[in-house]
Amino acid sequence: MSSREVKLIFEKSREGRRAYSLPECDVPRKDMADLIPEELLRQTPADLPEVSEVDAVRHFTALSRRNHGVDSGFYPLGSCTMKYNPKVNEDVARLSGFTRVHPYQPEDTVQGCLELMYKADRMLAEITGMERVSLQPAAGAHGELTGLMIIKAYHESRGQGKRNKIIVPDSAHGTNPASAAVAGFEVLEVKSNERGCVDVEALKALMSDEIAGLMLTNPNTLGLFEENITEIAEIVHNAGGLLYYDGANANAIVGISRPGDMGFDVVHLNLHKTFSTPHGGGGPGSGPVGVKKELVPFLPVPLIEYSDGRYYLDYDRPLSIGRVKSFYGNFNVVVKAYAYIMSQGHEGLKEVAQAAVLNANYLMKKLKEYYHLPYDRVCMHEFVLSGVKQKEKGVSTLDIAKRLLDFGYHPPTVYFPLIVKEALMIEPTETESKETLDEFIDAMIQIAREAETEPEKVKGAPHTTVVGRLDEVRAARMPVLRWTGHSK
Amino acid sequence: MSRYIPNTRHQQGEMLKELGMGSPEQLFESIPEEARLKKPLDLPKALSEPELVKHMQEIAGKNANLDEYTCFLGAGAYDHYIPSVVGHVLSRQEFYTSYTPYQPEISQGTLQAIFEYQTMICQLTGMDVANASMYDGATALTEAAVMACQAVKRNEVLVASSVHPESRTVLKTYSRFNGCDVKEIGYSDGRVDLEELESKISGRTAAVIVQNPNFFGIIENLSEIAALAHKYGALFIVSADPISLAVLKSPGEAGADIAVGEGQPLGNPLNFGGPYLGFFAAKKELLRRMPGRIAGETIDAEGRRGFVLTMQTREQHIRREKATSNICSNQALNALAATVYLTVMGKQGLKEVADLCLQKSHYAYEKLTATGKFQPVFSAPFFKEFVVRAKEPVSDLNRRLLGSKIIGGLEIEKFYPEIQNGWLVAVTEKRTREEIDQLAGKAVGV
Ligand SMILES: Cc1ncc(COP(=O)(O)O)c(C=O)c1O
Repeated sequence: MSSREVKLIFEKSREGRRAYSLPECDVPRKDMADLIPEELLRQTPADLPEVSEVDAVRHFTALSRRNHGVDSGFYPLGSCTMKYNPKVNEDVARLSGFTRVHPYQPEDTVQGCLELMYKADRMLAEITGMERVSLQPAAGAHGELTGLMIIKAYHESRGQGKRNKIIVPDSAHGTNPASAAVAGFEVLEVKSNERGCVDVEALKALMSDEIAGLMLTNPNTLGLFEENITEIAEIVHNAGGLLYYDGANANAIVGISRPGDMGFDVVHLNLHKTFSTPHGGGGPGSGPVGVKKELVPFLPVPLIEYSDGRYYLDYDRPLSIGRVKSFYGNFNVVVKAYAYIMSQGHEGLKEVAQAAVLNANYLMKKLKEYYHLPYDRVCMHEFVLSGVKQKEKGVSTLDIAKRLLDFGYHPPTVYFPLIVKEALMIEPTETESKETLDEFIDAMIQIAREAETEPEKVKGAPHTTVVGRLDEVRAARMPVLRWTGHSK
Repeated sequence: MSRYIPNTRHQQGEMLKELGMGSPEQLFESIPEEARLKKPLDLPKALSEPELVKHMQEIAGKNANLDEYTCFLGAGAYDHYIPSVVGHVLSRQEFYTSYTPYQPEISQGTLQAIFEYQTMICQLTGMDVANASMYDGATALTEAAVMACQAVKRNEVLVASSVHPESRTVLKTYSRFNGCDVKEIGYSDGRVDLEELESKISGRTAAVIVQNPNFFGIIENLSEIAALAHKYGALFIVSADPISLAVLKSPGEAGADIAVGEGQPLGNPLNFGGPYLGFFAAKKELLRRMPGRIAGETIDAEGRRGFVLTMQTREQHIRREKATSNICSNQALNALAATVYLTVMGKQGLKEVADLCLQKSHYAYEKLTATGKFQPVFSAPFFKEFVVRAKEPVSDLNRRLLGSKIIGGLEIEKFYPEIQNGWLVAVTEKRTREEIDQLAGKAVGV
């Protein structure tokens, strides 16, 4: 990484420089004032930068060099499935037949887009054991919200509108309770037992005729499969509730087990995790939502249907919750996921889960001698260590994460799930080799040793990055959220 | 073994042995028998890379794409020119294969780009603070309504019926569940009906939402609406076309409290509707209620400038059910596209784009109305899009144009049944005089 400070693009601006090239106006020009009354016009121009094309390219290239991506190196960020993003998927998604298509073109001119979406819907339904899938939600959290709205609409349609409570485990991702609140539910928390799974007795005690459903990530955020899942499903169903599957961790089970067969009624998948679409520095993702047959009428409009050799958008769905996003979702992300599934097939997907779970268990086995492992049993695609041993020496999980930066790694997810102290959540994914894992293990062992022998080195980390630890308290107390200078 | 899995069978065998296991099935013993897949998934056979490329080309080939067709369709998604630089920057793996910048020391590229993006959105909208992006314009508008209800502690939202119909549907979907009470305000001569607004607004109103230019392409008188909203203590939310902001009065100048919009026109391909990005900006008093990620400037121990995600106590990972929004992943790469686009176009270029849109759309409007076959529907000023009434059903008209490789305007009757045979035509800077003349010629028919 380059260590020279990169000035803001605004600080590089020089009046009169330009990077754009536009055709001259080829129609008879009119005075702006004749077209738009003065009082509707802008008074002060937007102070956008003025740079040359070379300036622009050098600027963003310099910025990119201050970033770590999956192609830069190992990125074991738990819960995020930072697997390799196949290049060919990027290529095919850039075909003009996908990128240069307007969402309101007549259906006859977009049969390819509709076919792809229809098939993606069907394939994802098969993979999850659901009846139909809506591709409209833009990300995991958006999928959760959509799924919860569907659950509420379903209960209301059966005169069960009083069901206004959603249960989430104490190990759940923050978006679960947040989405439940946005969907107008009250959130109840169920605790985990000493094996890291939902406490079945505690769950039973929460059941009532006000329960709308339970949200579960399976494997859960500890990387453990909820072994009592069928009993849990029975408890919730007997009480009249539905089961929601947060598919963030589906990489552990694709081709092995289906949420539908576990008893779930609604699922979302993160195409930007299990299905290899790139994370884009924080998005775009895609969070398709699948449902069992009884819930299909409530899916967002439109769904894509097929009859007489023709695909079409079906808006005639009176029980639908309506739209949750404009147009048809993050279509181009779906294109990449579709390409991924087409290049894997059943066998390929099953190998993905097997290799991901094997990599995680191998890492866990090698690291548990050096770091506390709160739940010591076979894990799925990820596992959670605790830095409590190191903490005794004054070295926190944050310090360990920062020290890993010096070895060229993106650190694991830290301080999540909340039920593990000093949590380090490690997800290697299937696209990493044993050699990469072994090197990472060596680095983690070295850091554990340093925590014993030279804790200051770990506490002062990172030592090699373009900036050191940044003052986050200052950032929040004295917010500077935009450049406020004036361009030259 | 799949080409994306580096470990060989032999290596996997060794690793399993280290775990004391004989087969990969043993890894999955915690999954109860009844939940395991009994038969292979019914998926197509895996394709090799050349087969995949061919297959994808075939599907893509079934669409009419705008390299081959001339587009006069807009209605919320526009065929603006995307400078070559944008795609090249977005193709850098350091940007597209990374995730949310949780570790600022190795994410300064993304964080600084977000900071620059926030600045540009503030400059365009005339607001104080902006977030790192929302899913799209429709969800940004919806979250703005939710934020206003919470800030003002009222629950009625008045939305102009000239706001994009899909944004209004998303708003309605959410409001069925979150307790917002959404009411619509009609239009007169294509603009917000101020009399109706005045009769409906009250001390119960949390927010007034308008779009500018609105769905008909018409420029609203924002300042008048702002005054009315503020008189009743309501917040004023404007959903703006970012290209238009180069020349039109900014939401900030007009007195808006929250400015949102669909950012697609800023360097993002049409992509059959997504991914796009929603931009979201507000007055600084509303900062702590904003949804989504926000980047901020700070320093390290040596005093070097750096950027971090900040104001995080608003967010789901800390606040859980009390968070201001449930959003986690956003549309970061699309926001980067917008940042690169605005950098390349710059202060002058964006104005030129806006001016070309304005000139060409007015030329097209005159050409079409001069044929005598198209009647004006509204008389209020417009920016890059306008409505005319055809003498025939628009579906027939568009079908005929398709034969000449022209994608005609939107059949606006689909959303506004009262505008019979209404045609919503968009003209961006990319359309040439020749293309416009051809449109007018072919639209007249035989
Ligand atoms: C377990 C879990 N659930 C939900 C989400 C939210 O997904 P997204 O960021 O796509 O909205 C995440 C993402 O990190 C997650 O790890």
